[in-house]
Amino acid sequence: MSEAKQYKYIGTRSIRPDGYDKVTGRANYGADMSLPGMIWGKILRSPHAHAKIKSIDTTKAEALAGVLAVASYADFPSVADEVVASGEGSSNLLDLANNILAKDKVLYHGHAILAIGARTAAIAEQALGLVEIEYEVLKPVLDVNDAMAADAPVLHENMFTQGLAETPTKASNIAARQEFKMGDIEVGFAEADIIVERDFYTPTVHQGYIEPHACTASYDQDGQSMVWCSTQGHFDVRTSTAKLLNLNLNRLKVIASEIGGGFGGKTTVYLEPVALILSRKSGRPVKMIMDRDDVFKASGPGSATRNWVKIGAKKDGTITAMQALLHYEAGAFKGSPVMMGCMTAFTPYAVPNMYVEGYDVVVNKPKVAAYRAPGAPQAEYAAEMVVNEIADKLGIDPIDLRLKNAAKEGTQTIYGPKLKAVGLVECLEAAKNSPHYQAALKENQGRGVAAGFWFNVGGQSSVTLNMNPDGTGTIVEGSPDIGGSRASMQLMAAEELGMPAENLKPIIGDTENVAFSAGTGGSRTTFATGMAVIEAAQDVVRQLKERSAAVWNLTADQIEYQEGETFSGDNRMTVAEICAGAERTGGQITGRGNINARGAGPSFAVHLCDVEVDRDTGKVDVLRYTAVQDAGKAIHPSYVEGQLQGGAAQGIGWALNEEYVYSADGHMENAGFLDYRIPLASDLPMIDAIIVEVPNPFHPFGVRGVGESGIIPPLAATAYAVSQAIGLPITDLPCSPPNVLKVIQDNA
Amino acid sequence: MPVVEYKVPENIDAAVSMLSNTQLSTKVMAGGTDLIIQSRAQSSDPLVVVDVKHIDSMMAAVIVDGGLNLGPSMSCAQFTARHDIKAIYPGLVEAAYLIGSTQVQGRSSIGGNLCNASPAADTIPALIANGAECVIQGPQGERIVAAEDFVTGVGQNCMAQGELLTRIQIAAPQANTSDAYLRFIPRTEMDIAVAGAAVSVTLDADGTCTAARVSIGAVATTALLVPDAAKALIGTKLDEAALAAAAAAATAASKPISDRRGTVEFRRHVVGVLTRRAAVIAAERAKEK
Ligand SMILES: Cc1cc2nc3c(=O)[nH]c(=O)nc-3n(C[C@H](O)[C@H](O)[C@H](O)COP(=O)(O)OP(=O)(O)OC[C@H]3O[C@@H](n4cnc5c(N)ncnc54)[C@H](O)[C@@H]3O)c2cc1C
Repeated sequence: MSEAKQYKYIGTRSIRPDGYDKVTGRANYGADMSLPGMIWGKILRSPHAHAKIKSIDTTKAEALAGVLAVASYADFPSVADEVVASGEGSSNLLDLANNILAKDKVLYHGHAILAIGARTAAIAEQALGLVEIEYEVLKPVLDVNDAMAADAPVLHENMFTQGLAETPTKASNIAARQEFKMGDIEVGFAEADIIVERDFYTPTVHQGYIEPHACTASYDQDGQSMVWCSTQGHFDVRTSTAKLLNLNLNRLKVIASEIGGGFGGKTTVYLEPVALILSRKSGRPVKMIMDRDDVFKASGPGSATRNWVKIGAKKDGTITAMQALLHYEAGAFKGSPVMMGCMTAFTPYAVPNMYVEGYDVVVNKPKVAAYRAPGAPQAEYAAEMVVNEIADKLGIDPIDLRLKNAAKEGTQTIYGPKLKAVGLVECLEAAKNSPHYQAALKENQGRGVAAGFWFNVGGQSSVTLNMNPDGTGTIVEGSPDIGGSRASMQLMAAEELGMPAENLKPIIGDTENVAFSAGTGGSRTTFATGMAVIEAAQDVVRQLKERSAAVWNLTADQIEYQEGETFSGDNRMTVAEICAGAERTGGQITGRGNINARGAGPSFAVHLCDVEVDRDTGKVDVLRYTAVQDAGKAIHPSYVEGQLQGGAAQGIGWALNEEYVYSADGHMENAGFLDYRIPLASDLPMIDAIIVEVPNPFHPFGVRGVGESGIIPPLAATAYAVSQAIGLPITDLPCSPPNVLKVIQDNA
Repeated sequence: MPVVEYKVPENIDAAVSMLSNTQLSTKVMAGGTDLIIQSRAQSSDPLVVVDVKHIDSMMAAVIVDGGLNLGPSMSCAQFTARHDIKAIYPGLVEAAYLIGSTQVQGRSSIGGNLCNASPAADTIPALIANGAECVIQGPQGERIVAAEDFVTGVGQNCMAQGELLTRIQIAAPQANTSDAYLRFIPRTEMDIAVAGAAVSVTLDADGTCTAARVSIGAVATTALLVPDAAKALIGTKLDEAALAAAAAAATAASKPISDRRGTVEFRRHVVGVLTRRAAVIAAERAKEK
């Protein structure tokens, strides 16, 4: 365990190695790659939310001068009905193909139908206008309630609900049902002195990453191909694209560009296979970029949900039973993160009796993608709102109520294992002792508290650490750096090698110069790829000792290594000396770390939010916000704080103003940052970040992932603060001015 | 938009001649913060762009006999930095200050805001509340139109092809007169008004309102002058009953639509709230004068 250990490099706030390029504009993002002879690909998107494609005629478009290729679903080699893992989820290959280019039915406004490659973007755009398509327009379903109705229009004729005792014979929009249980909720509710139950709604939301999806692809005559793209996982892009196009993995090189945000939304493919098809057909490299409108309408947002929660407790605050019924929109194809919702909803609590039932439902909206702790914010929102209401009704401080029931080491989870060492209690105590929690509130102000749980994941990561003849090194990793992870890799290698961080340059290798690494998702990179870095560094140390042993005519076990030097008795050599002499001791030194990391440590978060509500307009101002989270060990505290603050900012946006607005016929009406309102810097107070460090026993430095838990508590912390300020219950998000005003007026 | 010609006249006559002596469509460009975005969105016919930023009188603001002569293309950044103007028309200045961001204000102009004729334009209610007049120069000479008559519909104004808005003039206010403009947006900035209200009031020595003008924005196809709201204030000391009546009059005059920015009910309610609050602020300012 690392608790007592003093570190020299980790825990410092070093300058991020990618910083200069980013602030000077030199960094190359998804749209920044151009190749000789390159053409532009543009996608024709459905103007309807739900329609059969009766015919497509591209004759006129293809006749336009400058048009070089057209791609449609027919260009996919026969695609198998199999599941491929990508990012934090997995997708069925048929659905993936169908989402990338619709087969015979369009399932949402903006659904891609075909693509045209042309000499210029303007020609491609013009050619799209010449494509003639006949549709049979169908009635759309835009909400789980409507989608689950017996007479609802069915999106997929071959979808029969999975997970029921008996698989139905009638197709429906309910893709799957699942349940998790432990103990006996009937017994639990019978023991309760108070029971609170409510229905909640959360809208479709987008991750809102600043950089739109973009790629440049080339398919060479000899069958070698290359994709440059903005992604959270270039190995996953390779897997899906190769499967869709029937390529061997060694025929497809994927290079991850710098990435301008992803939050889970860049863990799947939209453009990449299409660009490769256009490249194969035209013999030219192809660039494709989405504009913001495309990103909103046709990338993968987070599920809208309708969730019901019922919780029972004794007068002393002991929670006796927790129950939830969750309905998650998957968008046009099955696969919402409802299971994650089921697994996380009540995990902050050590309660013997729990029952959670979840439904995965398709609707005529874009297929959802991962969004920061996918599935957890919606379910935990409902749970935390009810926990707060119970605390209020019992007259118990909401933090005390949570402390009384808090999950800790050994707590049985609803999804199977018992928790190992976790830091929820420490987070609750830090929140309770914070100056924020002690501060008084004024009229029309309210405070909300909420906890959040996310598992975090491990998985495969590969690293090579190439030492240079001058004793510096290059860390080649395979996990795109979204939140400053290169700086953390550098610090961990520096700690292990006992040499200055700036002597170790971290880079993200493409799929050919480092072995398979899972993507940056599930808060896994600093944890798992970090472990691979540590292993590679240890491998370097082992070799440094061997080389020194060879020089001194000793055996490696007689050599010590510390602070960038080997020594044995009076013999001493610096890393630089060993590397400079490597020529004579067997060639240069490369450290390797190839791992499948186990033992990811869950990260609990506790947030405090103060708001003031303008009772005449329903407008909510966030006055003060504190995010407390267990990082295990903060390798680079600034980037841990950044993750806590970023999660809070996104979660506040989700709570306050963000939502997809649809017309009755299923058109998204706010596909832009003007009307899809993420919070601006001026909308938020400085978010105080409090890092708690309860080490993860399964990581050499105690690291837990911190990227995701921080988006979970803000929904309930903010919404509950609003309900406290107005003295009325809030159930539906967002707490936008019209919605809040309506709650006030309806109760006037 | 294929811009086939980009012209930079140095005086008003040259500008008017460029705008009128051509078969092609012409567009005046001030800051371009509306024009450039709109031209990107709609690829239309060949266009001649006449950039008026090199005409001195279009870019200057002078206080004449206590009133304002505003070159309509002066940037909002320059306009809002003018303490002499702010001392007289704080509401108009705060309306200009709400447009976009620091960057946008470096270019955007009040004339552009007015001519663009968006129902949600922030400076238009403030111009109307202050009784601004729009001076228009065309091949046939000059004419003057009241601000409340300038905008004729969504994105439409009263000017014919070839005409140029050359000046916005506001007469010197009476003693103890001041104004205020408030808009409602769900965030703090970079958003479009869901509703807006500008109020100008004149008070006598004992604080009774002797004159008032109320204008509301984003709740109809054009910004509206609301005489009933003004009437509700005149003759009162802006007591609770008067403010409530003014708010109700603003709500009654509004004819909003429901869209992604707000519902009919919400807008009607909020425009009343803003009217009341703007009246209170304008009165406080008038008292201090
Ligand atoms: C990011 C962003 C945020 C914005 N936020 C706001 C906001 O908060 N509130 C708001 O009201 N607006 C906002 N706008 C819109 C815009 O900035 C304003 O309407 C601005 O005042 C326009 O001024 P301009 O000088 O840039 O006009 P231009 O774009 O140059 O012109 C606008 C229109 O008026 C015509 N025109 C301009 N001057 C004359 C003239 N003298 N005679 C005849 N015709 C003329 C032009 O031909 C054009 O049709 C925003 C725009 C952007 C890009």
